[in-house]
Amino acid sequence: MKQKDIAALLDEPACAHNKKSKSGCAKPKPGATAGGCAFDGAQIALLPIADVAHIVHGSIACAGSSWDNRGTRSSGSRLFRVGMTTDLTEQDVIMGRGEKRLFHAIKQAVDNYKPAAVFVYNTCVPALIGDDVEAVCRAAEERWGTPVVPVDAAGFYGTKNLGNRIAGESMVKHVCGSREPDPLPEEAVREGIKVHDVSLIGEYNIAGELWHVLPLLDELGLRVLCTLSGDARFREVQTMHRSSVNMMVCSKAMINVARKLQEAFGTPWFEGSFYGVRDVSQALRDFARVIDDEDLSQRTEALISREETRIDQLLEPWREKLRGRKVLLYTGGVKSWSVIAALQDLGMEVVATGTKKSTEEDKARIKELMGQDAVMLEEGNPRALINIVHEKNVDVLIAGGRNMYTALKARIPFLDINQEREFGYAGYQGMVELARQLVLTIESPVWPQVRTPAPWVVGPSTAESTSDQEVVA
Amino acid sequence: MTEIIKRNKALSVSPLKASQTIGAALAFLGFRRAIPMLHGSQGCTAFGKVFFVRHFREPIPLQTTAMDQVTTVMGSEESVVEGLKTIAEKNQPMLLGVPTTGLSETQGSDVRMALKMFRDKYPQFDTIPVVPVTTPDYTGCLESGFAKAVEAIIKTTVPAAGEANTAPGRRHRQVNVLVGASLTPGDLEELKEIIESFGLRPVVIPDLSDSLDGHLGEDEFSPLTIGGTEVSEMLTLGDAKATLVVGKSLQKAADALQQLTGVPDYRFDHLMGLQAMDSFIDSLHRISEEPVPAKLERQRAQLQDAMLDSHFMLGMARFALATDPDHLVALSQILAGVGAETVAAVAPINSPSLQLVASEKVKIGDLEDLEKMAKAGGAEILITNSHGTESAERLGIPLLRAGFPQYDFLGGYQKTWIGYRGSRQTLFDLANLMLTLEKGEISPYRSIYAQKTDFREVTDEHNSTATTRGLHH
Repeated sequence: MKQKDIAALLDEPACAHNKKSKSGCAKPKPGATAGGCAFDGAQIALLPIADVAHIVHGSIACAGSSWDNRGTRSSGSRLFRVGMTTDLTEQDVIMGRGEKRLFHAIKQAVDNYKPAAVFVYNTCVPALIGDDVEAVCRAAEERWGTPVVPVDAAGFYGTKNLGNRIAGESMVKHVCGSREPDPLPEEAVREGIKVHDVSLIGEYNIAGELWHVLPLLDELGLRVLCTLSGDARFREVQTMHRSSVNMMVCSKAMINVARKLQEAFGTPWFEGSFYGVRDVSQALRDFARVIDDEDLSQRTEALISREETRIDQLLEPWREKLRGRKVLLYTGGVKSWSVIAALQDLGMEVVATGTKKSTEEDKARIKELMGQDAVMLEEGNPRALINIVHEKNVDVLIAGGRNMYTALKARIPFLDINQEREFGYAGYQGMVELARQLVLTIESPVWPQVRTPAPWVVGPSTAESTSDQEVVA
Repeated sequence: MTEIIKRNKALSVSPLKASQTIGAALAFLGFRRAIPMLHGSQGCTAFGKVFFVRHFREPIPLQTTAMDQVTTVMGSEESVVEGLKTIAEKNQPMLLGVPTTGLSETQGSDVRMALKMFRDKYPQFDTIPVVPVTTPDYTGCLESGFAKAVEAIIKTTVPAAGEANTAPGRRHRQVNVLVGASLTPGDLEELKEIIESFGLRPVVIPDLSDSLDGHLGEDEFSPLTIGGTEVSEMLTLGDAKATLVVGKSLQKAADALQQLTGVPDYRFDHLMGLQAMDSFIDSLHRISEEPVPAKLERQRAQLQDAMLDSHFMLGMARFALATDPDHLVALSQILAGVGAETVAAVAPINSPSLQLVASEKVKIGDLEDLEKMAKAGGAEILITNSHGTESAERLGIPLLRAGFPQYDFLGGYQKTWIGYRGSRQTLFDLANLMLTLEKGEISPYRSIYAQKTDFREVTDEHNSTATTRGLHH
């Protein structure tokens, strides 16, 4: 990929980060950087497209330690869970056989797995030695008759976030608009309900949580042409250009997709979240608002009021256990305010939140929710997190999986909220699971046990022999 | 206060109980060159033999007085005398056990008189201790029979301090260890290693880890046990520094040993989980006056870490347990320690130790009762012996084998449940079983408008309701 293409991707006018010179996509600092590379971001963004053969063109480190590593779920094809890589050898690199190997690799994937399409992820080594991945993809598509999409995302291009955008860019450039949507299935046509086509961008169906939301959209007559990319199929991505509105779900990672679809097809979009009762309701209202259908608006309000009452009752017993508990939230971007609202719904007090990936707008919303004195953590190194936990008497740390073992080692209750997690928290129903998981860890009897020293260190009670007391003193 | 629900039906279906008689036989099998001779009909022994052969996958020395019609009506004491003589003559055992059966007890057989007859008639066998023990199968269970045999062996083979001139602490590195039936040979190996690490010399009574640990010996055939506690060691128990007792079922045996020898004892309900082990290790620390070895400190820290890692899976997890009382106490407590719940607990007999079971109620009953309670409580994992396979299958939940018998499973007898190490492995095993349940998994939903052509029907129902079930118990 050319430097100017990378620069173009980094300059994202729709992204609020763009507006403030200091807080844009920060350059990684050698020796003090966590987080993935562009390849990681690209693969993560597209891997949930279930019926595609995802081939990682590179030496083994790229695919070898990352394949089948995501909590995303498919309702059908499981092809995406098959790890595929060209596993380049020294000979391939020296003799320049990478392109040839890739060409045959695509054939093998097409022959053996009959994928709807093949995505080829370029990585550092072939990018460096100059493999022409785009050309190979074009040739392979012609020769084998299956769409082959290049995703040029070598790790050294930049951060994971850039990778997300590269992935989105590849979809807009090569896939969206290549097929018209299916006609509505006859059995899905309901009297008096006008169907509107929508798409969800940046929703990954972690732990299947999209399935908590989809029935609601069905009920309202919102046909989801495509979810980019949770539980998606190639043929769905092809039809995204026909959406009447796109929702950017809970992450700015693929904001370029929303913007480019707007530029090319005039599709309006809005940002929203499916975490927390208030946000789910807001997202549903936003669909109706943007689509501007009075009937839809009325049905949406009816559904919201019904669901909110139902979930409120389900949450009540959990609220009793969670009321007043203190949370330290450490997640990036939009999720922060979205989850804050969800936790406040449960009666919990969010004492601090991470804002490393948040925009100024996000921060404003956080202040709105948490008050002007909200503690915002720009830098979330483990030590800093632990210190705040102790200072503020935090009951539970909510963060991404990589912080989990930091929390546990510091004997702090923890809830995983990132993509590797096993539980779905989206939608109204997801809130019940969130509450349950919070209670599970906060009230677990393991905490006092891991915090108490061994009896021979302090003596089991004050009535112990004097020799023990001396040891303590 | 744990509520004990008494047996309330005529028919026992899928019985959980194994007889006292074979429990007693098992205790004798933990002594070297020993053999139990069950006083009853041939079948009493034959069934018992098959029971243990299948469990341990070892030859099991077990004899019978082979009561027939004549001896049953006319008196069976002669059979006992003859049986003892035959075995004593042929095999020169170091210990002969005579557990009685329902048949001989109902008949009113006087084994003590028979033993006196044997001594009078065959003084040449005076050096061979013979231990009769009253273990009719119409009362008690394997655990109580085992405990009764241990008590009887102590009373027969351990001389009173006054007579034998023993003095507590004379052997200042020796500890006597009375162990109940719930400890496997694998547990006993671990237990000995832990005690030895304090520079102490354990005399385990009875030591199944030396006889039924499944090792390939030199001899091709032995009619007697090929290992176990040396009977001659019983003479030294009075010189020990301390006695450790594991299992409430051994109260009477421990009382007897204490009265005979005056050796101070330390009693433990079980050795599973952090708290139980902490108090055990602390006692060893006091008895030996040695520091706790670094290795054990490390294992303790490893167990704590495992508790943290596994509490996510085991917290609020619902277990159904069926096994003998001491074992039930141990399992329910280690589960409670990580926030898991015992929603169904079944023991074959009532016992004071059932008050310690970490569950609202304990049913005295069978595996049918277990199955019903498990179903009602929404149990997610079953822990019982191999007979639980059918129940587990009907319930559609996994089975972790524990207790007797484990005939469809290799190495059950060798599994280590106790100690910091064994507890850690137990938690891992249970957490891994929970992971196979894909708990919290949201069942795939297919939109009525979906453009997908590959929806996969999901048949396992328990997944879909998992999220809403959390509060139901």
